Amino acid sequence: MAQEHNLAIFRGTVKFKNNVQKIWGVLIFLSIVTTIEVILGIFKPDFLVHTNFLHMKLLNWIFIILTLVKAYYITWDFMHMRDEKGSLKKAVVWTSVFLILYLTALILIEGNYIYDVYQDGFIKWDF
Amino acid sequence: MDTTVTNATTGKVWGGGNQPMGASYGKLMMWFFILSDALTFSGFLVSYGFSRFKFLDIWPIADEVFTHVPFFHGNYPMYYVAFMTFILIMSSVTMVLAVDAGHHMKQSKVAIYMFLTIIGGGIFVGSQAWEWGTFIKGSYGAVETRGGRILQFVDAETGHQVALADFATTIETDRVQHEAKNGIWFESESAGTTYRLEEVVAGVQSHENILVRTETINAEGKKTVLDRSESLEILNQAVGVVEGANLVHNEYGHRLFADFFFFITGFHGFHVFSGVMINLIIFFNVLLGTYEKRGHYEMVEKVGLYWHFVDLVWVFVFTFFYLV
Repeated sequence: MAQEHNLAIFRGTVKFKNNVQKIWGVLIFLSIVTTIEVILGIFKPDFLVHTNFLHMKLLNWIFIILTLVKAYYITWDFMHMRDEKGSLKKAVVWTSVFLILYLTALILIEGNYIYDVYQDGFIKWDF
Repeated sequence: MDTTVTNATTGKVWGGGNQPMGASYGKLMMWFFILSDALTFSGFLVSYGFSRFKFLDIWPIADEVFTHVPFFHGNYPMYYVAFMTFILIMSSVTMVLAVDAGHHMKQSKVAIYMFLTIIGGGIFVGSQAWEWGTFIKGSYGAVETRGGRILQFVDAETGHQVALADFATTIETDRVQHEAKNGIWFESESAGTTYRLEEVVAGVQSHENILVRTETINAEGKKTVLDRSESLEILNQAVGVVEGANLVHNEYGHRLFADFFFFITGFHGFHVFSGVMINLIIFFNVLLGTYEKRGHYEMVEKVGLYWHFVDLVWVFVFTFFYLV
């Protein structure tokens, strides 16, 4: 079952000699990203903690974006989604992305409402 | 197994007898299962986010809770969790290499890589179990107020958290644990905490440098430390000592933190464990030559998909639980 493997990542800027090389290359990339995340998580640079973008700390934005990048490479290369047909890719990825985004939006809206109730409503926690 | 779309019998793509999406039945069903399981975990993580959002001002800070490393004493925030993440990613890599060896029909290579994957998975499950044990046992100990809030203790000079063992005074008492054999047969109680409330309060009063730290997060993102007089004042509202964490009391902070920790890492750990079991079965089949006879190693690939899904979920759990 010597399936055709797509040996280029990063939109063709990095091309590997064979599939095994590509796997190690992706591992190195994922390890670098994880190390960056852990270092940022331990040291929490002040600039990233005190700057907000759309009500979320920049540090958290970096974590979430790096996590999505890792998820992309795990799915595309470790799970060989890069080599699958377009219809399979769309059936799995578009469905999950749409549903997860919808769910997240709903919960953020509701969570914001509850947070406002706790802030402005008549509930005290100082006992 | 990689037959392309055939238009033989019915002449239509969706008429049956071929692979419209280019994948075999088993592989396609594994992808759809992974899709549904991913949505389940999304539901869990989103509910975690919702509950955390509700108590954002008092939620425990993850790198103050997960500070232990096996066999070492000291404060190592996040290192062990980073190690666990790396182990799981490495086991994913060995799994992909097993799948690749399967494509080239190299039985012994597949076996070796699958064995390494199983070992990696086993280390991860063991580590997670150890994390649970450490979490449940507790580290420093704390005191709970009437309203269910947690008060921890810090040293005034260093600002580091102090364990109850370091300052609680020992006060003799005649109270013993009521066991069923000593009194009424249907009544008994648990052993109680290592230190009683009056011992802890007496300890704080006699040690001038101990201050109380509340759960509330201030503008700098740190927990509020009260000064000496406020500390002694707020201890009047304490009703009990909390050591460790379970579904009823949690020395690290809000009960929901412990609830979600057990629930989400428990579900994930269960998936890792079942993945290890399935990998074991496939590993034995590889050794027995089942797939050589079959002519292809697609089962290894399908099981690999499940294993990568487990890794994928961990990447998200790690981010939302430990980092954010």
